[in-house]
Amino acid sequence: MSGRYLAWRLFLVVPTVAGILVVGFVLVHLAPGDPVQALAGEHGDAEYYAFMRARFGLDQPLLAQFATFAANLLTGDFGRSFIQGRPAFDLVAERLPATLLLISASLALASVVGIALGIVAGSRPGGVRDLAVSGTTLALYAAPVFWIGQLVILLVAVPVGWLPVQGMTSPGSTSTGLAHALDVGRHLLLPALVLASQEVAAIARLTRTGLATELASDHVRTARAKGVAEWQVVGRHALRRALLPVVTVVGGRTGHLVAGTVVIETVFGWPGLGRLLVTSVGSGDRPVLLAIFAVAALAVVVVNLVTDLVYVRLDPRIRYR
Amino acid sequence: MSDSTPASATAEAGVGPALEGGAGPEPGVLRRLLRRPSGVVGCGLVALLVVVGVAAPWLAPRDPFAIDGPSLSPPSGRYPMGTDAFGRDLFSGIVFGARTSLLLTVLTSALVLVIGVAVGTLAGYRGGRVDDACMRVAEFFLVLPRFFLAIVVVALYGPGVERIGLVFGFTAWALLARVVRAEVLSLREREFVEAARAGGSGGWRIVVREILPNALPAALVYLGLLLGQVLLLEASLGFLGLSDPTAMSWGFLAGQAQPFLRVAWWMAVFPGAAILATVLGLNLTADALTEALGRRS
Repeated sequence: MSGRYLAWRLFLVVPTVAGILVVGFVLVHLAPGDPVQALAGEHGDAEYYAFMRARFGLDQPLLAQFATFAANLLTGDFGRSFIQGRPAFDLVAERLPATLLLISASLALASVVGIALGIVAGSRPGGVRDLAVSGTTLALYAAPVFWIGQLVILLVAVPVGWLPVQGMTSPGSTSTGLAHALDVGRHLLLPALVLASQEVAAIARLTRTGLATELASDHVRTARAKGVAEWQVVGRHALRRALLPVVTVVGGRTGHLVAGTVVIETVFGWPGLGRLLVTSVGSGDRPVLLAIFAVAALAVVVVNLVTDLVYVRLDPRIRYR
Repeated sequence: MSDSTPASATAEAGVGPALEGGAGPEPGVLRRLLRRPSGVVGCGLVALLVVVGVAAPWLAPRDPFAIDGPSLSPPSGRYPMGTDAFGRDLFSGIVFGARTSLLLTVLTSALVLVIGVAVGTLAGYRGGRVDDACMRVAEFFLVLPRFFLAIVVVALYGPGVERIGLVFGFTAWALLARVVRAEVLSLREREFVEAARAGGSGGWRIVVREILPNALPAALVYLGLLLGQVLLLEASLGFLGLSDPTAMSWGFLAGQAQPFLRVAWWMAVFPGAAILATVLGLNLTADALTEALGRRS
């Protein structure tokens, strides 16, 4: 990977980030309704309204507000929550670990299960197992994630009984260390699995197609003719090249995964950013809304950047200007 | 795009009369689409959505918002999909929900097609700096988190199917623009386009008469896949309680089911199944169309 490509790719992030900030800011400030009324109630006196307006900087011209906003952002300051009075960034930072845990567990599950299913289906294209896997992934790909969650609760959690479906820890739990980790893990299993479902489908389908194509290629035929064992043909010769596009898909679908957490956290009562987002919508807490929007957008930009760089590093065939 | 052969060049000639009034630019494509099982099932499910959505007021036995029967009644002859906590008929809700999904689909497709095809054609046909600029803008929209944007819009401006359609339409065109651009790039230098050019046709005329009809089928594949994702996002918004409370939608119904999950399974099962069937229909149609166009899926 050339240094020039790296520099160019990093440079491209700047206008994207700026664009995202402008979109968020413009949306918030063109919105109907006066945030001061939401803050101070509908029947406050004019003096109190003016005080609140000045306190939150709402009396400044729009451009000045954006300048303040952009400058604050560089120092990680998203403003104060209208509801709780605390910095919006702190609220987001408190919830971020729970969401990151959910996302990373899902991503790990999706990669392992998705690639495994893809190998099962792609090593014998057109076979019974291929049809079974292809049918399942087709359905998973089309099913709304909350529905899979509801079905899992109805068909798995309720009959099994010991898999919790609400929250991140057992109610009133004061356990620490290993017991605490096990408790969180038990709560994590179902939400992570459900969140992973669409990614599993995407990864499995791509692995399958890639593997089937590679297995029909000349270099694989040569390997087979030389008497290489079938598992080595699949594992060493075909899979390595088939998995290249999977990297792009795993990275490129981060947006879906982040959107999915909002829904999954609601279904399973997981105390992450998604819950915070939904409650902030309900209470009209604009700084928190904006902070979550910015964090989600930045996360997608960063993951896309990393994906691109990893892909270029992995695939020597790609040469950029 | 490995293979950009115009559909007519690969069509089996003289097998039979082309379907009359085929929707696509090449009647042969539609026929080959319906020769595949996935094409038949996919088109059937999409057609079902259209029929139910259009005829909802005549198909639904009751007003979906009317408090009509006993609370949380399981599926029965009188209430085929049961009732909710207020005794509202779920079947009527599902029927009217199809109308909301259809409205969203039509609105989003129109916007995505117009913007995506315009930007993609401009970028591919002009090339150079125009192309660069168009693709930079498209990249920006590709990374913009659509779902969060929709939530912010609903939070600030209030819910509404039209509003959601506008958000998705104005943000989802980028992928389509890329596909159209790639098609136009490969078609631009082909013989039949050069023949038109040699025949004295102007640029605009060549684009509209020669290039667009051949680039459109590939665009429709992506439109189908895109609409499936848009429907899933809209359903998620409804599930979170962010849909228009005056319009029945499947996501809204699924969200209503959440507190009653253990006592009224039907409230969760039927709305989700309706969404699954519709998205599956769109995905299958797109898959079959890819094959019918002679491309690898």
